Amino acid sequence: MTLLCTSVDDAVSGIADGSTVLVGGFGTTGMPFELIYALIRQGARDLTVVSNNAGNGDTGLAALLAAGRVRKIMCSFPRQTDSWVFDELYRGGKIELEVVPQGNLAERMRAAGAGIGGFYTRTGAGTLLAEGKETREIDGRTYVLESPIAADVALISAHTADTLGNLVYRKTARNFNPVMATAATTTVVQVRHVVEPGELDPEAVVTPGIYVDRIVRVPS
Amino acid sequence: MSAVSPSVVEHTGRGPLGRDEMAQVLARDIPRGAYVNLGIGQPTTVGDHLSPESGVIFHTENGMLGMGPAATGDAIDPDLINAGKFPVTELPGAAYFHHADSFAMMRGGHLDLCVLGAYQVSASGDLANWHTGEPDAIPAVGGAMDLAVGAKQVFVLMSLFTRKGEPKLVSACTYPLTALRCVNRIYTDVAVFEITGGDQVLVRETWGISFDELRTRLDVPLAAATP
Repeated sequence: MTLLCTSVDDAVSGIADGSTVLVGGFGTTGMPFELIYALIRQGARDLTVVSNNAGNGDTGLAALLAAGRVRKIMCSFPRQTDSWVFDELYRGGKIELEVVPQGNLAERMRAAGAGIGGFYTRTGAGTLLAEGKETREIDGRTYVLESPIAADVALISAHTADTLGNLVYRKTARNFNPVMATAATTTVVQVRHVVEPGELDPEAVVTPGIYVDRIVRVPS
Repeated sequence: MSAVSPSVVEHTGRGPLGRDEMAQVLARDIPRGAYVNLGIGQPTTVGDHLSPESGVIFHTENGMLGMGPAATGDAIDPDLINAGKFPVTELPGAAYFHHADSFAMMRGGHLDLCVLGAYQVSASGDLANWHTGEPDAIPAVGGAMDLAVGAKQVFVLMSLFTRKGEPKLVSACTYPLTALRCVNRIYTDVAVFEITGGDQVLVRETWGISFDELRTRLDVPLAAATP
């Protein structure tokens, strides 16, 4: 059952300390900014955050980091020209970092959402990021066993939802959002538009409503 | 008909290639109609040297095929960016997909070519381009490890020497590896190399340096390529 929330604060209610939180977006594109600000107000701490980057500038995910709520971040590309919030926390030993190759990050969440207990991939074989991981030779090549990333909460963004939670996205703002929607116990989406069932083309739905728990409209 | 003997095209009457010329030389070798991913930084500039008539289709790892040139002015759309997070445009026939699909097409061997930068490449094609390994460095891998193992061919675009004059084509990488034995060609400011998996690295063309001089400056066995 998908719940249409009247405020972003309602949409993030009940997120517990110590939760693993998936945060959609690639850089700032497709990032659910208003849900992140609501999470800062909500106050959950000691979070593990999974996102492609570790925040840009002082906004969005960077603001959550700056508020001291994140114990650990799992991401593919923390270091950017405008990642000064993360950089300072990391160099000060105040945040744990797990660097995950971008494709593994996506696939590990896909596995969690699809009930797959792990997968073998060539990505990272023979590198620092495969150290200590099980490997297997398949057709003469080395593959590394990667585990699923399941989360308590996903905070994502989409372009339009219907009230059943079916989602469509816009251009490259889609990025990690659909796969994150599948990998969390509770998926919360902020959208620019909400429409009635029947108004979205069923052939064009990217995230079926079964994956979506809470919707909140945030006009752009 | 006699076989073509190996030879190096030497352009010694000039200096090394500029950054734009390097991208141009690489672009010349991209097959017509190829599906290509350009890495962030200098590799992105390769796209500036390919015309629509090339039929090349660009993949960007954040979920798009059919990416067009950089967006300017009114064409800038915050929902439409490339892997370097710069605004880009959409060409007719473009397709969007989510990240898991984007990397599935990469790892599944559907991309013809990727172009990446590098700190070092070894004679056997090992690639080091994500981490300097220095104690205070913040590692960031992005999609490099997935691209390096997934694309059918990997071309590296880099200067051949560091600012201190140390070669970046080496017998064995000292920086942390991105992937083993994955690089097929290296396009540098002074030479184009082919990695064959054999004992020798082949040289196709040089700029501002002779093949003989190149041999003295690299600790890697070199041979002339067959044109």
